[in-house]
Amino acid sequence: MWKFLGKRLLQMLITLLLFQTATYFLLDAQPGDIADLLALNPDIPPAERDRLRAQLGLDRPPVERFVNYIFNFYRGNLGVSFQEYPRPVIDIIKERLPRTVVLFLTASLVSFWAGFVTGKILAWKRGGWIEYTATITGVTLYTVFTPWFALMMIWLFAVTLNWLPAGKFLDPLKWLDAPISANEVFTRMITSAFVGLVVMFLGFWLSNRMPRRSRPAVRLLSFLVPLGGILLYWRLNGLGFYAWDILRHLILPVLTVTLIAYGGTMLLTRTSMLETLREDYILTARAKGLPEKDIRDKHAARNALLPVWTSLVFSIGGSVSGGIITETIFSWPGIGLTLLNASLVADIPLAMGALTMIGVLTLVSHLVADIGYVFLDPRIRY
Amino acid sequence: MSEGTVATQHTYVPLWRVRLNLFLRSLRTNWALFAENPIGLIGLGIIIFFGLFALAHPILMNTVWPSKIYDPVSGYDMEVAFHPAPPSPRHLLGTDPLGRDVLSQLMYSTRYEFALGILSAVVTVVIATTIGAVSAYYGGIIDTLFMRLADLVIMVPFLPILIVLSALTEVGMIELALVIGILSGFGGTTIVIKSQALAIKVKPFIEAARVSGGGDFHIIFRHLIPNLLPISLLYMMFVVTGAIFSEAVLSFFGLTTIQMSWGIMINTTQLFGYLLRFDTWWLLIPASLAITTLCAAFYLVGRALDEVVNPRLRRR
Repeated sequence: MWKFLGKRLLQMLITLLLFQTATYFLLDAQPGDIADLLALNPDIPPAERDRLRAQLGLDRPPVERFVNYIFNFYRGNLGVSFQEYPRPVIDIIKERLPRTVVLFLTASLVSFWAGFVTGKILAWKRGGWIEYTATITGVTLYTVFTPWFALMMIWLFAVTLNWLPAGKFLDPLKWLDAPISANEVFTRMITSAFVGLVVMFLGFWLSNRMPRRSRPAVRLLSFLVPLGGILLYWRLNGLGFYAWDILRHLILPVLTVTLIAYGGTMLLTRTSMLETLREDYILTARAKGLPEKDIRDKHAARNALLPVWTSLVFSIGGSVSGGIITETIFSWPGIGLTLLNASLVADIPLAMGALTMIGVLTLVSHLVADIGYVFLDPRIRY
Repeated sequence: MSEGTVATQHTYVPLWRVRLNLFLRSLRTNWALFAENPIGLIGLGIIIFFGLFALAHPILMNTVWPSKIYDPVSGYDMEVAFHPAPPSPRHLLGTDPLGRDVLSQLMYSTRYEFALGILSAVVTVVIATTIGAVSAYYGGIIDTLFMRLADLVIMVPFLPILIVLSALTEVGMIELALVIGILSGFGGTTIVIKSQALAIKVKPFIEAARVSGGGDFHIIFRHLIPNLLPISLLYMMFVVTGAIFSEAVLSFFGLTTIQMSWGIMINTTQLFGYLLRFDTWWLLIPASLAITTLCAAFYLVGRALDEVVNPRLRRR
């Protein structure tokens, strides 16, 4: 296992380097640089533009710049954004990456759970109108034109029903006299949610080791206690108003991404379950006279989980890049929107930073997928 | 059936006829399997509908629609006071902010969506099938090389790369189709097809071909690849879905130089600030619905084909 991990990490590093090389030269090969964008501004004389170019190092040959970039990158210096000069790229990424990760991690986990449960049941009860409606719904959600779907969600929940805000990270009017920055509040929100989830998970884990009779009570308790704790924390520190504002803005994007991801997971679980149900051990389990629910949940679903797990982990990695669409529609200031804006104005350091983060996330999620297999399927060893 | 008659009559039947009969017979059985599943038929129905939709456009342009008013790119209707105009008998789906007929745009774009989807699917399948068969057959260093490449390509986030590319060059319909085709051809599709090729490689008929003196080239192209075609066809459908979707998203962001497509129609809506004004629904919904239904149709056909190709998914 450790040898495998070491080898994998080395491979990942090489892959990342290849990826960075390819993307750097692709970005660099664009005609025109950020200084050219200022050419239309009559207040900036050509000499001044050349000076800007020299200052940003854009007059040096691409290879030299690339080598410089890579050396600085691995020393933790990601450079300075051109468009938000002189803000360091690492600062921008630190601000925006959590927003993207929270959005997509929540959506992926919820859609994974819901999709797995429904897909499992659908494969079990084949035929009839349920199967066709479910397949059509699943395929529609899976292939729906995402920007349009997001717009329809805005239309329904923000315009017609007026329940939720239509986009953006927060409502600036409410934050005029906020004691601390939005990022600070958001970090605290993530921390409190994480602590709550860990406590919840521990409670459920413990409940499985308790006598059968006391399980429901323990489960209910382990759900209510962290929830109450979080609510109490935000009530007492007086920032609940601001946290609620961010949360309200988070609901609609999360709901949209969840629904889209749900379709794919459900279809995949169904297909995977159908393949598993053909296996001999299911026939054996039936012959032994096990209850249907046990065969479905413990024999079939457990084995059908593997491909779904792969897709979950890949989708967390991939959704960050796919998130460009959702983030643009909802004006959610995450890494995808940053990348889109940066590559449109030839802001090479920021675009590189965002792309590298996306690459790292994808690589890490592939590694997590491979490690997860070991726990899901004891036959797999490294 | 046909081989039986061939054997008893001892008459000379040319090889191509035997092959044709075999082909027709397998087509019939597979069609029966495909038609069992209403989901595939729905998908096929939608695709045929869009095909007719695309074909109808040139006919309408030449008969009832004067091109000055109804041309999808340069048309303008002067007799309507304000654009975008809501649907009326004159413009069944209204006009866009530039005074062009939405229905005409929708129909005109359809053929390009088909061309894009099919071109990228063909590119993908040609690359993926060849590489999959070759690396499964030879193994060793060739296999490692292509599989590591596939891992790298899968890892690359698709949309950001297309965005970067579009900043680099002018991305038109053909370039886009080629990029999508190459990226998905070297990526995930290869891995699936290679695993299928590995299963076929160990079948007795490959051994038989080798024993009777068939060379590597002959075995790969005459024995391995024909047996990979069903699964390739299946993946073609999924690539079509992906290609149409990617084009729509890129055009929506205004990153392509395509003159007219469903994505461009939505982009125009956005450029003129009608995206979040839901009272002008005819600017947004027809194009989006067309993208969604055509993508879904190819995906449905793919799923139904999956049940034909993969017997473990069938009901019986």
